[in-house]
Amino acid sequence: MNRMFAIIEREMRKFFRSPVLMIMSMMLPLVQLIILGNAFGGKIRNARVAVVDYDHGPQAVKVQEAFDAVAANIATFKTVSYDDETTAREDVRTGKVDAAVIIPAQYSRRVYAQDAPSIGFVVDNSDQFMSSSLEGEMQSLVDALNQPVIQTRVVKNIALETVELYPYIEYMQFLLSGSIALAMYISVMIGGGMLYIDDKARGVHEGYLVTPISKLELVMGLNVAGAIKAVLAGISLTVIGSLMAGLGTIFNPVADLQLLLLVLGTSIAFNGMMFLMMVRVDDPLVPRAMFGVLNTLLFFPSGAIYPISAFPPWLRAIAIVDPFTYAIHGFQAVLLKDGGFTAIRYDLLFLFTFGIGTLLIATPLFKRTL
Amino acid sequence: MMMSAAKPVQNTKPLTAPAINGNGKNGVPVAIAVENIVKRYGDFEAVKGVSFQVAEGEIFGLLGPNGAGKSTLIRMMTTLIPVTSGKAIVGGHDVSKDSDDVRRMIGVIPQALTSDPDLTVEENLSIYAKLYSVPRAQRAKNITEVLEAVDLIKWRDAQTKTLSGGMRRRLEIARGLVHDPRIFFLDEPTTGLDPVSRIAVWEMLNNLKKTRHLTMLLTTHYMEEADRLCDRIAIVDHGNLVALGTPVELKQSVPGSNVVEVQFNREDPEWQSRLQALPNVTEVQSQSAGVYRVLTSNGSQTTTQLVEMAASLGEQLTSLSVQNTSLDDVFVHYTGRQLRDEQVKSVFMMPPRPGAQP
Repeated sequence: MNRMFAIIEREMRKFFRSPVLMIMSMMLPLVQLIILGNAFGGKIRNARVAVVDYDHGPQAVKVQEAFDAVAANIATFKTVSYDDETTAREDVRTGKVDAAVIIPAQYSRRVYAQDAPSIGFVVDNSDQFMSSSLEGEMQSLVDALNQPVIQTRVVKNIALETVELYPYIEYMQFLLSGSIALAMYISVMIGGGMLYIDDKARGVHEGYLVTPISKLELVMGLNVAGAIKAVLAGISLTVIGSLMAGLGTIFNPVADLQLLLLVLGTSIAFNGMMFLMMVRVDDPLVPRAMFGVLNTLLFFPSGAIYPISAFPPWLRAIAIVDPFTYAIHGFQAVLLKDGGFTAIRYDLLFLFTFGIGTLLIATPLFKRTL
Repeated sequence: MMMSAAKPVQNTKPLTAPAINGNGKNGVPVAIAVENIVKRYGDFEAVKGVSFQVAEGEIFGLLGPNGAGKSTLIRMMTTLIPVTSGKAIVGGHDVSKDSDDVRRMIGVIPQALTSDPDLTVEENLSIYAKLYSVPRAQRAKNITEVLEAVDLIKWRDAQTKTLSGGMRRRLEIARGLVHDPRIFFLDEPTTGLDPVSRIAVWEMLNNLKKTRHLTMLLTTHYMEEADRLCDRIAIVDHGNLVALGTPVELKQSVPGSNVVEVQFNREDPEWQSRLQALPNVTEVQSQSAGVYRVLTSNGSQTTTQLVEMAASLGEQLTSLSVQNTSLDDVFVHYTGRQLRDEQVKSVFMMPPRPGAQP
């Protein structure tokens, strides 16, 4: 066991002497958290909508007043008057305006006559987020215009009463779980995979192999050291990320214990996976080449950015065996939902089983000779 | 199994069991005994049935061109690669069966500088002392002793990356000694060092041999190194042991005990045959710039005859020197003058860290 601790001591001395690894493993997830958290979390503001009014009647004025109310309050869009539909369509196509509303001639007369009045809405559907936001806003306006001036005695419309279980969760808070897992993945990839292969290429392992250290001691030493580095990265990002995203869960000791278990399980799972992939690799270019591929293959199907239920079946199959999925689900359950141990027990079970299982497969594959 | 045909001298016969575990010639205990050792990679045989013994307290050199099989041999003896067939006994233990016992007895200095540049000199030694399970009380004493032995005591707290190449090599030697081994393996210990550092390492190894009664096996490209350090030398080529003996024995085994180096003021293709025709001349090697190396059994007589021949032809000599046969001549005699293209495993090698000392 002393020999195993010698390997751990060497790795940790290197780790603390050179802060580059810690900084590198925190940099990408933090930048991602700040940039993506702010970029994706907001709503559409000050879009430009062209309005072509061929009617000029009282009902058209009512529509324009509704648009002005939106511009003055929620400010989703502001209107720009156009004289003809063709120019407005062309400007939507070229991006000069984001959408166009066409109020046809005889619109007011059709409203009064209850003769199926309609308003045209031209959108640039190449930008799905913008077009769906504007469509949603327009639909609300039209629904409001459809409300009768004098309500009937018995209201027949069915209303959906939504109950939100949790306070409003900003996108940055939602993204934090993925960032924690990503920081640990980068720490394992650089501090475990790349340094391990670099040490092999520099001949450091040759030095170990001529000592009486056993295969198990060497494998355990390297993996425990890798796991400690990943745990430190995970804890650091949980604290820093929570403070940045405004999550107070970290001040609850019970939640902290659950988070620590998740960080530990995730680090073991990531280390086991990395060691299994690198156990027979000699070329230092391989882990560098794998870094981006694995990042995309494991991070994005995990539900960190987009819900898994929206994925096609083959992508859902990746998510099922991806340790990121369980790490992120677990972190979200504790950080956002205060779900307790019940909510994370299967995540923990998977992470620890996956980590130990991959290590058990990798250990016999590890060569005690060159 | 074929035995490699070593031309001179002793200890090249197949080893018997008592010799492996007990004493060799003259009753000196055997530290390393290798018998018909073979290393095969697929169809390629890197080492082809080599046998030799190294006596306790001896410095034994393995000499050979690139790709001759020296490093493969040393790696088999240090348990780094498995032996395909044959037997290697190190310190009385079979490297294939009692690998851990062998590892406890040996110190190994690899070809590359593998000490951790981010750690201090003392930390590097401490980690290795722990890997060899040196007890805590003994550890500090051993570290101080080896640092004194390699003259790095005042650098014990310095980060390894701040050391020069020669100092790092001395640190590697200290690292190999920190657990007080009986047998020391050094794979090209002075490659890449400047002449001053090289001489310092030679002196250090000689002192270590005397003070610690170490048995050493080293591989080297440098003939001078082998000549000055080694009690006996084995020349390996194409995986075979082609010669084995003391430096003196090896030099005597080459036809011609002297070398006359001569340069004429005029190039003439006839010189080679004229020199070859002189009495006592065993070999004539043509070198660059019209220089000829004449191997002869009588240096003074050949010199006189050579000067007379030049005078009779009306030619002048630009330079003339007489030397004894060197290990370079021995090396060329046994391995030939053909360049060796070594095939190495095509993996990317890490460049040294920026800013690190060479």
